[in-house]
Amino acid sequence: MATPVIVERKPLTFAERTYVPQILAGLKTTWQHLVKPKETLEYPEQRPAIPPGYRGVPTLVKDPHGREKCVSCQLCEFVCPPKAIRITPGEIPPGAPTRHVEKAPKEFEIDMLRCIYCGMCQEVCPEEAIFLQNQYSMTGYTREEMVNNKVRLYELGGTLPDQHLKWDKKKDAEVHGNDRH
Amino acid sequence: MIEFYTSLHPVVQGVLKGLAVIMVIFPIGGACSMAERKVSAWIQGRPGPNRAIVPWVAWVPLIGPFLQRLGIFHVMADGGKMLFKEDALPGHVNKFYFVLAPIIAMIPALTTVTAVPFGAYLDQAGKVIPLALANVDIGMLAVFAVSSLGVYSLILAGWASNSKYPFLGGVRASAQLISYELSMTLSVVPVFLWVNAPGRDASLGFARVVEFQSQPGFLGGMWFVFLMPVSAFIFMTALFAETNRQPFDMPESEADLVGGFHTEYGAFKWGLFFVAEYAHMLIGSGVFTLLFLGGWNPLPWIPLGQLVDWLAGFSPLAAHPVFVGALSIGIFLGKVLALIFFFMWVRWTVPRFRYDQVMEIGWKKLLPLSIANLIFYAAAIAFIQPRL
Repeated sequence: MATPVIVERKPLTFAERTYVPQILAGLKTTWQHLVKPKETLEYPEQRPAIPPGYRGVPTLVKDPHGREKCVSCQLCEFVCPPKAIRITPGEIPPGAPTRHVEKAPKEFEIDMLRCIYCGMCQEVCPEEAIFLQNQYSMTGYTREEMVNNKVRLYELGGTLPDQHLKWDKKKDAEVHGNDRH
Repeated sequence: MIEFYTSLHPVVQGVLKGLAVIMVIFPIGGACSMAERKVSAWIQGRPGPNRAIVPWVAWVPLIGPFLQRLGIFHVMADGGKMLFKEDALPGHVNKFYFVLAPIIAMIPALTTVTAVPFGAYLDQAGKVIPLALANVDIGMLAVFAVSSLGVYSLILAGWASNSKYPFLGGVRASAQLISYELSMTLSVVPVFLWVNAPGRDASLGFARVVEFQSQPGFLGGMWFVFLMPVSAFIFMTALFAETNRQPFDMPESEADLVGGFHTEYGAFKWGLFFVAEYAHMLIGSGVFTLLFLGGWNPLPWIPLGQLVDWLAGFSPLAAHPVFVGALSIGIFLGKVLALIFFFMWVRWTVPRFRYDQVMEIGWKKLLPLSIANLIFYAAAIAFIQPRL
């Protein structure tokens, strides 16, 4: 059981009751704040440092060979809490070098007026194709402008390094046999 | 130029002088509103308003961006906004008094300027002639009498607004200003007891007070802030209360009364209240400077005349009355602006007093202190000054 601590309340001294020493100490403190460098980040000119793991605008990325990684499995569309993602799945044309990848999105739209930047799409993506990257400032004059389509999403996303290259390995296995897996 | 001016009718001369002083006070009032924002920002660790700029000033290298950082153009932007936005007149107010209140606020603020000397020059004989709109012998009395009329505008605004918060603000304003008026007046009495030495014409003018602070010798050149520190302290505290500055901004107290007496006001009428408040601050700081900080004397124990003699050693032009006048006005304004800065500095240092604390400080602390101070100095002056 905690023993009660009795704080002794000393009566105020004469100097304290005049307020003057306290006010002078306060003036000293505010003066120090006045002369020290300012804290403000002057936004459009100065940008904040983005910490790793920042959840900015969701984007689609390509793998280092320039192949679009999304296979339009639509998991992100199903998991998205505010239903901001709309995917129209499409075929990969026969004869394309990435034909062994089963599908690709025909259209991929993220409505940034709905997006809540929760990052669930990134977490659920089995292909590591969707990432919430560093961009934090989205503006537009119309509602239509605020919907990022596929072209725009790849523009924003760019290429990220890939440690797995799983579709290359799959193709490899098809050609050379499955011994390596 | 000077001959043409002196050949004019005295009334025209007076009007010109008055206009010149108002033309200085208004921009300083505007600059004070900017300085308020800047100092507030600096104390809070922000750079403050620094975006607005006029294009053709932006083209000037170095100076343009510097002025922009200083927020000079925000003054114009603020003023323009204040002038051109809709001046709404609420339906539930007493329209005549509602419009009258901000006008009345300006009158005492600008009238008190007349009695306050703001500089001096030396005539051929080396005698100091003060520069003032009216260098009257009742200077202090005139300032007290007229400046306390300023509270009527607050009461009128609070009453005419016909709404709870402004009304409470107006009531607080009247109670507070009356409470502090007493100690303020009593605190300056020792100064005038001292300067009205036996054998001289009685005077309540400021010029006499400054003259007393520019005498030779240790005691003569001493500013009254050192000679009568308690008086200066009481006067300063009462000045904060009289000008409704934090920590005494009871009439306004945006935390509990929305905006106090000016809750229902907007646009230019609201702006007038603020110009009046800054003009009051300017006059108050000016009076404090004259009474306790040596007026236009550059430093304690160095009167203006000595500085001019020293400067005249470099160039005979320095002894020209126009130069001396400009120099003394510069020194005086410098002190006044430093005091204004002090007002703003205190604003962000001392939290607002509770209303009952304001009354207690006024009646139970400052008033007895100022009476004791008066008795002490009256006895001391009676003892020191020669009898007739």
